[in-house]
Amino acid sequence: MLPGPDTLPAGALESAVLSSLPGKQPLIKRTYRPPNYETPPAALNDPFTPNSRFFVRYHLSSIPAVDAAAWKLRIGGDAVGTPLEYTLAELQRRFEVVDLAAVCQCAGNRRGLFQPHVPGIQWGHGAMGNALWKGIRLRDVLSRAHLKKEALEVTFDGADTGVLAKTPDFVKSLPLAKALDDHTLIAFAMNGEALPHWNGFPARLVVPGWTATYWVKHLNAIDVVSKAFDGFWMKTAYRIPTGLFAEGGRFLSQQTETSTPVTELLVNSLITHPADGQRFGHGDAIDINGVAWDGGQGISRVEISTDGGRSWDLCALGKDYGPYAWRPWVYRFAPSHSGTFAVKVRATNRSGSTQGTTAIENPAGYHHNAIQTITIHRV
Amino acid sequence: MKRSVLVLLWLPAIGSGDESHIQLKDGAGKELVAAKCAICHSLDYIPMNAPFLGPADWEKVVDKMVGTMGAPVSDEEVPVVLRYLNTNYGQ
Repeated sequence: MLPGPDTLPAGALESAVLSSLPGKQPLIKRTYRPPNYETPPAALNDPFTPNSRFFVRYHLSSIPAVDAAAWKLRIGGDAVGTPLEYTLAELQRRFEVVDLAAVCQCAGNRRGLFQPHVPGIQWGHGAMGNALWKGIRLRDVLSRAHLKKEALEVTFDGADTGVLAKTPDFVKSLPLAKALDDHTLIAFAMNGEALPHWNGFPARLVVPGWTATYWVKHLNAIDVVSKAFDGFWMKTAYRIPTGLFAEGGRFLSQQTETSTPVTELLVNSLITHPADGQRFGHGDAIDINGVAWDGGQGISRVEISTDGGRSWDLCALGKDYGPYAWRPWVYRFAPSHSGTFAVKVRATNRSGSTQGTTAIENPAGYHHNAIQTITIHRV
Repeated sequence: MKRSVLVLLWLPAIGSGDESHIQLKDGAGKELVAAKCAICHSLDYIPMNAPFLGPADWEKVVDKMVGTMGAPVSDEEVPVVLRYLNTNYGQ
């Protein structure tokens, strides 16, 4: 198993190993502490990524094992009329429980593929997964807190903290409209099981269509606030140059002339089979598989080229699990001659957005959605 | 301050895998870098971000770690840290 695409920085390739966190199958270790582990591409072949293979991403190293029986969710802030506190059992009993299939993808997924390289976790393709999330609507909980008309943003804090008191706690905010979206959930379970510790037990935010930075794990405090939240992880980190991307999901109360939060996922696709460099025998028909996703508009088509981008053909789309889930696709390739084939795939969504041949450079290396190329050989 | 740092160094790495095998390159300042950086994170962060950061880039990284994240590195120690990173993990 390779520790990543060979275009990652040399040091990132050397320092990566397959390693298992407790309760997880082997993942590609990028950093041990805080734990940053990505899913090997072959494990992204399933419609739903198994919990044991789901990627792990933390910013801060003090990650307590949360006792579900003692856990409480506090809802407050200057823009609520009625502060609240719920136990896990209360949340599950008092609110409607819903299921939602959605891709959870790190904003910096594929950062390691940017040329020139930019600092940060040098992810390959696997800082992402698709899961069936079970939880309650954030909107339903917030409605019990009687929001004031000046409510502007909603902030989310989890149990993980820095080692040093001075390290900014990982707190994120959403614009009120996104917090009140029908599909924004407080999730307790993924793929039919309680959330794994490393994926946010006992409760995490699910913000379908938006990058995973907002999907706060070990969620324990929500504040509805009347002013733009100015914590480090909003005002400094996770930002892109204003106007550089044509993504949706504007976050105007956090936007400045020069930068804006990274929000909605761009249309993207991944080849999960075959592996880059794989060899096939004479006469083999080669099933090329993968997944495609976007920020929730839904995938309209996936095209494939087996001649390095000169000609394109349509892939067959698999089952549609909903607009926030990824869409499996397949293409049967029967090469008529031996040789080396450069295979490229590009997805287009229902808004007409598609992938380009190169990613758009930005200082922190977010939103890499360049068309992927793999090479396969037929003898 | 110094005492609290020493205590923190001995905290168990919560939930980490085996980071003890990570070997930074030998060079002047290695012990200081290892001691200070490993307070908050495993040392694989350094080789992972190499060899593509120039002196201005490493300076930005160290500024962020000290100024924003609160790494207890003194003004006198910062040049030692930067020299080590640039010499061993620079562009």
